[in-house]
Amino acid sequence: MNASDRNIPDRLRSPFERRLRSWESLLLLVAVAIFVANSLASPYFLDAWNLSDATFNFTEKAMIAFAMALLIISGEIDLSVAAIIALASTAMGAAVQFGVPTPGLVLVGLAVGLACGAFNGLLVTRVGLPSIVVTIGTLSLFRGISYIVLGDQAYRGYPPEFAFFGQGYVWWVISFELMMFALLALAFGILLHGTNFGRAVYAIGNNATGALFSGIRVARVKFILFLLTGLMSGVAAICLTSRLGSTRPSIAFAWELEIVTMVVLGGVSILGGSGSIPGVVIAAVVMGLVTFGLGLLNVPGIVMSIVIGALLISVIALPRLWTGRGQS
Amino acid sequence: MRRIVASREMLLLVAIALLLGLVSTRFPGFVEPANLVAVFNDTSPLILLAIGQMVVILTKCIDLSVAANLALSGMVAAMTNLAVPDAPIVAILLVATGFGTILGMINGVLVWKLDIPPIVVTLGTMTIFRGTIFLLTEGKWVNSHEMTHAFKAFPRTELLGLPVLAWAAVAVVVLFSVIMTRTTLGRAFYAVGGNPNAAAYVGIDVGRTKFWAFTISGGIAGLTGYLWVSRFAVAYVDIAGGFELDVVAACVIGGVSIMGGIGSVPGALLGALFLGVIKNALPVVNISPFWQLAISGGAIIIAVALNAQANRERGRIILKRAEHAA
Amino acid sequence: MSAPASPDIAPLLSLQGITKEFPGVRALSNVSLNIYPGRVTALVGENGAGKSTVVKILTGIYQPNAGDILVEGQPTLFATPQSAEGAGVTAIHQETVLFDQLSVAENIFLGHAPRDRFGLIDIGKMADSARRILAEIGARIDPSHKLQDLGTANKHLVAIARALSIDARVVIMDEPTAALSHKEIEELYDLVEELKAQGKAILFISHKFEEIFRIADFYTVYRDGRMVGEGPIAEITEPELVKLMVGRDVSQIFPERVHNIGDEILRVEGFEHPTEFAEIEFTLRKGEILGFYGLVGAGRSEFMQALFGVTRPSGGSVEIEGAPISIGSPADAVANGIVYVPEDRGRQGAIGALPIFQNVTLPSLAQTSRHGFLRLAEEFRRAREYTERLDLRAASLDTNVGDLSGGNQQKVVIAKWLATKPKIIILDEPTKGIDIGSKAAVHAFMAELAAQGLAVIMVSSEIPEVLGMCDRVIVMREGRMAAELTGADLRPETLIHHAAGIREANA
Repeated sequence: MNASDRNIPDRLRSPFERRLRSWESLLLLVAVAIFVANSLASPYFLDAWNLSDATFNFTEKAMIAFAMALLIISGEIDLSVAAIIALASTAMGAAVQFGVPTPGLVLVGLAVGLACGAFNGLLVTRVGLPSIVVTIGTLSLFRGISYIVLGDQAYRGYPPEFAFFGQGYVWWVISFELMMFALLALAFGILLHGTNFGRAVYAIGNNATGALFSGIRVARVKFILFLLTGLMSGVAAICLTSRLGSTRPSIAFAWELEIVTMVVLGGVSILGGSGSIPGVVIAAVVMGLVTFGLGLLNVPGIVMSIVIGALLISVIALPRLWTGRGQS
Repeated sequence: MRRIVASREMLLLVAIALLLGLVSTRFPGFVEPANLVAVFNDTSPLILLAIGQMVVILTKCIDLSVAANLALSGMVAAMTNLAVPDAPIVAILLVATGFGTILGMINGVLVWKLDIPPIVVTLGTMTIFRGTIFLLTEGKWVNSHEMTHAFKAFPRTELLGLPVLAWAAVAVVVLFSVIMTRTTLGRAFYAVGGNPNAAAYVGIDVGRTKFWAFTISGGIAGLTGYLWVSRFAVAYVDIAGGFELDVVAACVIGGVSIMGGIGSVPGALLGALFLGVIKNALPVVNISPFWQLAISGGAIIIAVALNAQANRERGRIILKRAEHAA
Repeated sequence: MSAPASPDIAPLLSLQGITKEFPGVRALSNVSLNIYPGRVTALVGENGAGKSTVVKILTGIYQPNAGDILVEGQPTLFATPQSAEGAGVTAIHQETVLFDQLSVAENIFLGHAPRDRFGLIDIGKMADSARRILAEIGARIDPSHKLQDLGTANKHLVAIARALSIDARVVIMDEPTAALSHKEIEELYDLVEELKAQGKAILFISHKFEEIFRIADFYTVYRDGRMVGEGPIAEITEPELVKLMVGRDVSQIFPERVHNIGDEILRVEGFEHPTEFAEIEFTLRKGEILGFYGLVGAGRSEFMQALFGVTRPSGGSVEIEGAPISIGSPADAVANGIVYVPEDRGRQGAIGALPIFQNVTLPSLAQTSRHGFLRLAEEFRRAREYTERLDLRAASLDTNVGDLSGGNQQKVVIAKWLATKPKIIILDEPTKGIDIGSKAAVHAFMAELAAQGLAVIMVSSEIPEVLGMCDRVIVMREGRMAAELTGADLRPETLIHHAAGIREANA
């Protein structure tokens, strides 16, 4: 019974071994397979500039998906992200009409994103409302305000320097958006996997009551996550508005569903508690490659959405079919 | 406590009456019977889908695929009409409702047998259903001139002053008022959402009950699909795009708790009517219809805050002096 | 010992050679059970002995892997809860198997409601029947009320009414008195007598020996999923029964205490809450173990959770080492050196899907990390240090806490708090539902902590534990302090009398 005569090992399996058997590795295989299939199917695929163009399919959505991943791991969800893009974009468009220069526009975009995130966060953490309904409500509210402001009109006339965020390149084929994607992936990866904050996110997602009883400030962590998601929507709004050069109230319509799909495809459990940023990065690339590859083959966008929808269900269903059979 | 629960319906009735009263002070025509019938008729698809959605939400699930199901079933109905112009309306109704039911069953099986979270399942099938319309039609529209007269006339046919579309809503409301309160399955929906662990003890299969909820939601979406397509006399990929959020909104405004187990047919009906009256009143009072989205968003937030207030978990009452109610 | 009691009547329902396995666990192996018409059979066993598994098999919720269920000697299959009901078996479950959003009548008749000629539920008839059954058990409850408006005791009466609404021959009562008051318990005993007189066979599951000896005719004892004895209750004594149940002599051994009581560390004054508790005042010294005894629902856990910052009290003050502090959240409490080991381990104590080391370091991440960045090596070092002090048994520190036994989970929860170097540790029913070995380890550790000068508060409903561990005991009743006992006043009778609110003279 003495403590000294036993020794509990730290781990039975090395982290490397664990990673090898993970969802992310499977996803990576899928990504490679799609890459190979695409390059065989179309001669235009393996071109640096074409591939660079293809990244625009996912960079803006992925920026939001990183923050959304943390939010979903914590057991909440934000369906208003695309509406935040619309509102932030509308605010920037309105600011242009008052002659606000580019740095001011960036500030407006980020501030609107933060404010929307704070509004969602307050309703969820202070008032205690379920996030799925709150953000369905704010989805209508935020985009609704854009419609009230713009109706069937559009804002244009963004200053030329503003175009850099969505159209500029930092080096060779590396666009500003691609760089942001990489930097944000790194930042969110470290935040989730390497900090106390990230550990708290996992604890809350697995058992919010247990986390609270362990002295975690659950409401504060969740509020920060809503802020981050709002902020990332603001960043995405800047990039998208800059890329399109105009704002309509229907901008980024229904993106929230694609972003949630990206997060879930990346291995994040929609019930909270598990998932990783590398998974979301690979899922973003997979979705981008599928869209781009099918685009090269002249397959219309709506068909791609079938593929994405089927992918979403089957990637979750298949492991369950295997294990389900194993158990019974 | 019963008063508070009942008051959600009362509150909505009062809100709707106030809205009507307010509009009628400047535009008396709005509250004339003929216009009220038109408003009700216009809101009927929302009422229909809200009833189906309510059943699903009661079981702690959500069906985001209803609008896509409506569009696909509507397209199937329209294509049936194209292929077999002589087919009687009854056959079309059966095809659309049956097709929608099958789509609902697909959702239900995935939730029941594979235990995939409903939001993921219906997010996926939503895009698949819409995509399937494109595959069926290659993106082409089915236009008014291609549909037979009987096909288009059915929902507009008036019986006792109400169009058939409105009658469909009335029938489903009545039918589900009975099912939800007077049948074992109806009560099982409440039991499954309210206390899934306990449901197993009384012999209710939680997964199977969810399956039936999705099946019902799908069937109603299919029926509404035909009515929608024939009323607007057009079918294409994007009809009723984003309508699923309106449907969820109607439920939430009607007091249906997203956490399951709480909600009623009158609540869902009034929630849908509230949104319908606003939508129809805006152009009358000369407010841009672009306001509608923001107003319904605000209404959802207020409604869910009220829901939370009414259903707040009450702590244990231990002290004698606090026990005055019991 | 298992020579079957041979009463002059044949059993109405018997289990023979029942085995039930779950992945990795054999919950029941080759057990039998006989239930006789017009008699009460008590099923006795510790937590985890397999009692609730048997109840679930008898009610068709679980299917056994092997063995037979005989109804009047005929092998019968209980494939679903309905088929068990069809065979005339009904149960009052331990967990409340009720639905807040349904009416009282619907709760009673869910699944077997009377139908009208259209096949619809006949609401009027259902309400009448419900009213009649409720009247039979002496419950004054309006069947049209929603269940959520009822108090705990009334909900329990509804559960009993539900069991009786089925025209049953076998009535299973799984800890039916746990949530009831004194008076209600007496009424329940009357009901049991009445059911007996009607010739119904009753299976009575209880922890309370006085109750078993009062109402049971036969006993059956399970230990670790096996049947270890049965017979007429008249032929066995309480110590013999207890010995059968735990498999050894029960004079429970509590650790030797070093009484090293120091300065006052905690002072609570005028603590109150609108509905849960009022007028709580006490002090606590270093090295002291202060017990909180009371009946279930006396407000002890509610008070502790308010002290820990989970809920907000409506008034009162807390001083630590003479300095007033304000606690708005558990995080504040931990920062002030107050930690809480909750009763509900699975929900509040441990985070089952996270590994042991992450559970242990969760509240003290600020110490194991640098500038907010995790340092895994330091986390493992600290987790190892504290879990080994508690003699934790686990495959590795990377094992998920959910995969451990209840006793080892409890050790992880305690280790988590010790790693924060607390001043005051509150343990809420610390040994509930854990095996004997872990129980002794937890007790020994509590004594050690107190000897080291930590102030300990222990909430417990087990009288031997309270008497064996505590220096001083506060008894709570209906949300208030009923008594504060030390020394010679610390006797089982005084505890019970203060907790139940009866004068010693009457007992």
